[in-house]
Amino acid sequence: MSEMRAFVGETVERILRDAVDERLLADAERGEWPEALWRTVVASGLAGVLSAESASLGAGWPEAFDIVAAAGRHCAPLPLPEAIGAVWLLSLAGIESPVGPITLAAAGGDEDLRLARQGHGWRLAGTAARVPWGGRATHVVLTADVGAEPHVACAPTSGCRITPGENLAGEPRDTLEFSGEGVIAAPVPAPHGRVDAGALGALLRSAQIAGAAQAVLDLSLSYANTRRQFDRPIGRFQAVQQSLAVLAAEAVAARMAAEHAFFLAGSGGRMEDAAAIAKIRAGEAAGRAAAIGHQVHGAIGFAREHRLNLLTRRLWSWRAEFGAETVWADRLGRDAVARGADGLWPWITGELSGARGEEVKT
Amino acid sequence: MSFLGLAHRTLPPQTEGLRREVREFLSEALAGRSAASRAQSWDGFDPEFSRSIGARGWIGMTWPKQYGGAERSALERYVVIEEMLAAGAPVSAHWFGDRQTGPLLLRYGTEAQRRSILPSIARGELCVCIGMSEPDAGSDVAAIRSRARKVPGGWEITGAKVWTTNAHRAHYMLGLFRTVPEPSERHAGLSQFLVDMRSPGISVRPIPDIAAREHFNEVRFDQALVPESALVGKEGDGWTQAMAELAYERSGPERYLSSVQLLLELVRAVGAAPGERVRVAVGKAVASMATLRQMSLAIAGMLDSGANPALEAAIVKDLGTAFEQSLPEIVHDLLGTEPDRAAVADLGRVHALLLELAPCFSLRGGTREVLRGIVARGLGLR
Repeated sequence: MSEMRAFVGETVERILRDAVDERLLADAERGEWPEALWRTVVASGLAGVLSAESASLGAGWPEAFDIVAAAGRHCAPLPLPEAIGAVWLLSLAGIESPVGPITLAAAGGDEDLRLARQGHGWRLAGTAARVPWGGRATHVVLTADVGAEPHVACAPTSGCRITPGENLAGEPRDTLEFSGEGVIAAPVPAPHGRVDAGALGALLRSAQIAGAAQAVLDLSLSYANTRRQFDRPIGRFQAVQQSLAVLAAEAVAARMAAEHAFFLAGSGGRMEDAAAIAKIRAGEAAGRAAAIGHQVHGAIGFAREHRLNLLTRRLWSWRAEFGAETVWADRLGRDAVARGADGLWPWITGELSGARGEEVKT
Repeated sequence: MSFLGLAHRTLPPQTEGLRREVREFLSEALAGRSAASRAQSWDGFDPEFSRSIGARGWIGMTWPKQYGGAERSALERYVVIEEMLAAGAPVSAHWFGDRQTGPLLLRYGTEAQRRSILPSIARGELCVCIGMSEPDAGSDVAAIRSRARKVPGGWEITGAKVWTTNAHRAHYMLGLFRTVPEPSERHAGLSQFLVDMRSPGISVRPIPDIAAREHFNEVRFDQALVPESALVGKEGDGWTQAMAELAYERSGPERYLSSVQLLLELVRAVGAAPGERVRVAVGKAVASMATLRQMSLAIAGMLDSGANPALEAAIVKDLGTAFEQSLPEIVHDLLGTEPDRAAVADLGRVHALLLELAPCFSLRGGTREVLRGIVARGLGLR
């Protein structure tokens, strides 16, 4: 691991471990915005890890993965993953990042959200549904095609009509109706032409899932080692051990899938493929990890005040946000059958592995 | 608990040339082989094929040149074996020697053993079988009873090994035997031997498998005499050595690719525009496969840097075999056709075969339950 990666990892861990406690989480779930934590996160450069300045310092996608996974592990009640993705999109398009907070929205299809030139500027009209912290953010970053050309747009929320909503874990998921003014947009230059905010969102959620699954594993292990029934820690029972081994394997798989996808994204691979692999595998792991975590914890994990359900409620929401497994599997499956039986393995060992070598015909 | 050992990694770009070379060779060498024959995966036995890849330096690739190796990296070997497995190459004749006996002898063997055995394995000429399981010792390897007794001039072996793949055609067995009949501790008093299968007193009886294939056997030792030089490593260290050997056995891509031909035949059969159910199933399988491959690569990376991936390999094998076993289930779910070994379509034949073979994926090389026990211990439980 590089020195930079270790440094960034320690920084995010320290900040979130100290700040995100039960009280902050309870307050956030009641709708309170953790302003102090957000300021710390921005001041420390975590939200800008994928900016051009950060790249010049040697930080990039591996560090971004660690930050987003840590946000998931600590249930950080902030649009930190979204901001990281938004900053990256803006820097790709050469648009300066607003002071923020900023978030990311998946376009709900061309008919919902239209980006068009208007005079010397831009106009964004339509609805973006369930935007993470949409009501709190000053700006929303999204991608849209103008003609056939992919663009990144940064739209202020000030003129929006906002319908508040939330996910299972009480994280804001607000619906925004854009009416147009003050939008900045720019085309995405090759080779990133096909970048899509929805795929980016899926990528980010997969890393959060990996972090939260790891936290479910850690909680479950410590509970199994301390909770005594039948005169011994329940972790002594083989049935419980076997379940925890499965949970560990799922946490490892989610992490590998997500980390690999960040690597692919960073190496200029097709983001849709990277996002699909990660969101499918991490999404599957999310369901399994939540189920085993609750089974091991018994009744206590079912109590609202227990930390376990802060994690599991997020896992259940995150696996569906920015496209559930089925949505991504349909797309990835479409690409797979298009390659055909003889193209499948070269695809997996080539583009899907990030190999730069030329394609080889079997 | 963190799995820092399992770090994401990629193959060095210079391995791509090797991959291309292997792919080109295989497309010629395997041309005309049926899908069902490819689906035998690493059970496919073809000494001529093994010799042909030995001649290309693709067996014992990481071994020192003085023992017939090519001194290439563990990652280069990884590329070669994953290409072999994905293509359904018949690798069984050299597989066990390349994967575990060679590395074991390099680590624990005598100079004479290395010189006499390794170059022939690397040429693809010498087949080794592994003698661990016994009628009363399956998952509980330490329960073995086959005895090696010190006699003038060597060791006298009596007992039986079972489920021994290729015993009827192997030149040697690398076997684990009890050298102390009633040790104070059950893992003690075990030793490994390199047994010439032509030794008098050895008899081999085939045990046809569920699909009526003849690859594994029962091997009986009736006062079979082997020379002193057959002892591998230290007398009494057999348990430690065998566990190191099992780590090699569990660490490779063969633990998630056993039914890859079924996925390929499914994709071939459904064509370029299948319905949503097929697309979703294929997409999920590809996501699992791409993830498992990265996990498997991470283990190859650990081996390459000299780390011991025993715990990580247990995790990856558990997930990998679950994936292998899911594929026949998925195909059944999608097609719902009767399994038919004589089916006209390749997909039907491969499906029928893999339905029958799949149960062993989570048995061979350590059962799912044993692996999860290893993981639980690694997690600090027990």
